[in-house]
Amino acid sequence: MSNELIDLDGLGMTYAADSGPVEALSGIDLKVGRGEFVSLVGPSGCGKSTLLRIIAGLRPATRGSVRVAGRPVTRPIADVGMVFQAPILLKWRSILDNVLLPAELAGKDAGRYRDRAQHLLQTVGLGEFAAKLPRELSGGMQQRASLCRALLLDPPLLLMDEPFGALDAMTRDEMNLELLRIWGETGNAARKTVLFVTHSISEAVFLSDRIVVMTPRPGRIAAVRTVDLPRPRTVEVRASAAFGQLSLEIFRTLTGS
Amino acid sequence: MALFVGLIVVWQLAVSLLNIREYLLPSPMAVLRAFIEPETQWWPHLWVTTLEIIGAFVLAGGVGVALGVAIAWSPRLASALVPFLVLVNTLPKVAVAPLFLLWLGYGIVPNMLIGALIGFFPVVINTAVGLSQVDPEMLDLGRVFSAPKWKIFAKIRLPNALPYILSALKITATSAVVGAIVGEFVASQKGLGYVIITTQSSMNTPLAFGALVWVSIVGLALYGAVVAIARWAAPWAEATQ
Ligand SMILES: Nc1ncnc2c1ncn2[C@@H]1O[C@H](COP(=O)(O)OP(=O)(O)O)[C@@H](O)[C@H]1O
Ligand SMILES: [Mg+2]
Repeated sequence: MSNELIDLDGLGMTYAADSGPVEALSGIDLKVGRGEFVSLVGPSGCGKSTLLRIIAGLRPATRGSVRVAGRPVTRPIADVGMVFQAPILLKWRSILDNVLLPAELAGKDAGRYRDRAQHLLQTVGLGEFAAKLPRELSGGMQQRASLCRALLLDPPLLLMDEPFGALDAMTRDEMNLELLRIWGETGNAARKTVLFVTHSISEAVFLSDRIVVMTPRPGRIAAVRTVDLPRPRTVEVRASAAFGQLSLEIFRTLTGS
Repeated sequence: MALFVGLIVVWQLAVSLLNIREYLLPSPMAVLRAFIEPETQWWPHLWVTTLEIIGAFVLAGGVGVALGVAIAWSPRLASALVPFLVLVNTLPKVAVAPLFLLWLGYGIVPNMLIGALIGFFPVVINTAVGLSQVDPEMLDLGRVFSAPKWKIFAKIRLPNALPYILSALKITATSAVVGAIVGEFVASQKGLGYVIITTQSSMNTPLAFGALVWVSIVGLALYGAVVAIARWAAPWAEATQ
């Protein structure tokens, strides 16, 4: 078994739009190791969402190859948790039943996952809200529930597309800490691999092992930076000089200044 | 409610003070008298019209949902059905009523069909729209877990469409009443519409008003039932209704 979970080689994507072809991604070479936390930052429209969809097997790339766990991706990969910018919970289902949705969709016995779902909700502080409808929860709480849904089947890979982009700064910081805790920052052999798209440089620096900086469309990899800040990442880490220095360098790469 | 009572009072006063003749505009008291007049056998008429209205409503709802599902299920079915449905919808359906009577004869069925014909189109449209207005990312989740198409329909699309369908059924409830009465106007031997038509020759206008009161009672009851069912079946959608 190779050490890489994700292996992208010369990947490119051109959409056939009505107004002509749109080149969204070009020449993407990237390997992501098992248990690694990698962030993607780049201007909007540079193909970050497209890249996640290709890795999930929801859309074929038009050039190059995609491998996940050593296998070429030719159709949707089931072993993945996805979190989007909006919580997209089903309005008519309780929070618990929303978290159980992946089990039902995957044709598993949802009853066997109830305890796990309840436990996941507990770990994000939503234990008492299991029976509530989504509209009874705040945006941040709904996004926590959608994180639980992504974790239900315990996938080895999490694809997160600006998951906290719609939240206020305080809630976002809280969610960052929570995500790291769940990911197993404090040492967990079965750590998940996370590919995390964000607009926020400080969020990327705070969370990641590595940061992939992308160029405007067509998205290419402008730089890959290793974040060698100590873990667990704490508020002190965020206030450190090294944190500021790295953020500034990524900002410069991103803006080409 | 106060406004309603006020209007009745004004109506009563206007009729008696201006001395309006009863066959032109009967007073509320005269209408009430006709309404409770024991010699008028309301029940058979009320029964027939109610049956037609409920039949039209159920038929429009059932056929409308079925067609909406067909359209949302398969693009090929959609391209075959939609032009035909649009054509049917542009026909003045009231004008088709005599044809139904010609083909099906007197009775309850043609009147039901007219009501259904008037009321089914919004159900088709709202069903199809409700089934397709689903977050694309939610559908991605379905694909990631290789959920079969019917499961996406049953667990995501149909519940999503429910508030849309229910709000179309409110319109259908009203159309069913129009259809039944129009059908009875064209040809019938029973029903509240038939009662109204017969008063044309007898000049018994209070009786026509009495029949109108019954029609609105049936219409309001059906409408109220749909609203109550909508609240009960799709409580999450209250904010959007
Ligand atoms: N289905 C599609 N058809 C045509 N063009 C698309 C489609 N999806 C995305 N694009 C285009 O591809 C580019 C990259 O989109 P996206 O991956 O959403 O970027 P990002 O997530 O970085 O903002 C954009 O210019 C967008 O307009
Ligand atoms: Mg995006």
